[in-house]
Amino acid sequence: MTKILKLHDENAEVEEGQNLATSRRDFLKWSSAAALTAFAFGALNPASLSAKTAFAGLPIESYAADSVDLGKGDFGVLNYAYALEQLEAAFYTQVISTPYSGMNSAERQILTDIRDHEIAHREFFKAALGKNAIAGLKVNFTKIDFNNRASVLGTAKTFEDLGVAAYNGAGQLLQNGDFLLIAGKIVSVEARHAAAIRELLQPRSSFFAGDDIVDPATGLGPAKMPSEVLAAAAPFVMTKIKANNLPKVGMMKMNDKKDKKDKMNKKDMGGK
Amino acid sequence: MDYKKPLLENLDSDIVSYMTADKETVAKTNKSVGVLATTIISTGALAGAAFGKGQQLPEQIKDVLNFALTLEYLEDEYYRTGLSKSGLIPSDTRSVFGQISKHETAHVALLKSVLGGDAVKKPNFDFTAGGTFSDVFSNYQTFLALSQAFEDTGVRAYKGQAGNLMSNAKILTVALQIHSVEARHAAEVRRIRGEKSWITKDSRGTLPPAADPVYFADRKTSEGGVNLSNLMSTSKLTDETISQAFDEPLSKDQVLRIAGLFIKG
Repeated sequence: MTKILKLHDENAEVEEGQNLATSRRDFLKWSSAAALTAFAFGALNPASLSAKTAFAGLPIESYAADSVDLGKGDFGVLNYAYALEQLEAAFYTQVISTPYSGMNSAERQILTDIRDHEIAHREFFKAALGKNAIAGLKVNFTKIDFNNRASVLGTAKTFEDLGVAAYNGAGQLLQNGDFLLIAGKIVSVEARHAAAIRELLQPRSSFFAGDDIVDPATGLGPAKMPSEVLAAAAPFVMTKIKANNLPKVGMMKMNDKKDKKDKMNKKDMGGK
Repeated sequence: MDYKKPLLENLDSDIVSYMTADKETVAKTNKSVGVLATTIISTGALAGAAFGKGQQLPEQIKDVLNFALTLEYLEDEYYRTGLSKSGLIPSDTRSVFGQISKHETAHVALLKSVLGGDAVKKPNFDFTAGGTFSDVFSNYQTFLALSQAFEDTGVRAYKGQAGNLMSNAKILTVALQIHSVEARHAAEVRRIRGEKSWITKDSRGTLPPAADPVYFADRKTSEGGVNLSNLMSTSKLTDETISQAFDEPLSKDQVLRIAGLFIKG
């Protein structure tokens, strides 16, 4: 049995070949839904990137699930988070629909809660991004033995620790303080998940915030940049994720002037 | 940043040089050498004349770091005191609290090293809060309850200040890294107390009413342009579940009112 799931179609297992068409249909559906929400979204639209200019530069094909481009600016960073939340939500959805042998009720409750939180995060980003949202990713969970507790919880630990590191590293890439606060509201929940999963693996030990993940000398948790995070996630994702337009650390302040100039030029040229 | 590197290596090449340089200095460094963090500065040099004892940091950032340092002082002293009381913390959770204590001590050292001479002094703490929690260091349940309140407060405090650190990417990142560790602590202590690791709405759960201010939640009907009741229908989730998925912040004043109960001066 293959475990190729389509992320925004909860329980569907579809043949690989069908995904592209389905994604396009969904994409069109999203576009009209996004148009409805666009007015509410306007207030938080980063000034640096209107929905129109973000979308205009990208061919429709890049929104198909075989390949996605996260885009640039704050929307790019939010798409990056959306991609990770898609991955996590798909994973826990599978975990709950095919529970490992010996899953007790306490574990099932924790894993169900986490699944629901990840779905909330995923749906939040999808709605916030509107028509700037990337398509549903195709995931590859063939290396995970969903019947095996150690395999499931080990993967969960990897995903949660990675998610925390991703948000910690991406905060500095955001220009909009409201988005930073939202990322902050989510990352501490991911950290709570990480600790809960680690507690299941090694109860009542230092492992919930172990020296393997929190530097014992500084007391700092992990922070990773998108390239490193996406490389770590790549074995679980079939969709090619293009992240080369994301903001780069340390370059933003320097590029502020240049960006403003570029934007002015773009405006002059009718948004192209 | 490689968080596994030893403290001084991290501080030398990564955190301190960038954290303490003002934006202009960073920009100049960028222009002249093209990369960040090439200047090697020891923690000692940081506290010395070369870096003006943190005076090159903008006031707003120093204020946030001193606010954070105050909370870290509180947590650090709390766990060190608790661990020193024989018979308080049972053997099966000593490694948990030993780990938390180790992190709080490291956070104090890190923040002090960044602030240098501008670091606030450690206040005198009264963890009984004037007698309200008189058995805090003799009753394990009281100790656990305050631990949970301190950790959840810490998470919310850092979260509330993130926006005030946006002008300095490195300091923002370090604050986020501490923030996520406080969340791990909070999750673990909550589990030990038999609570879910996450917070539901503004519920203090099994904590006493005195903990209500910790769980104050200014939840909005719309967030990031997303109507949260629409989110309930698209995600098919309850409001309780959605509230767990988004940890709320506290303002500095809200946090200081909580911490102030334990500060004698």
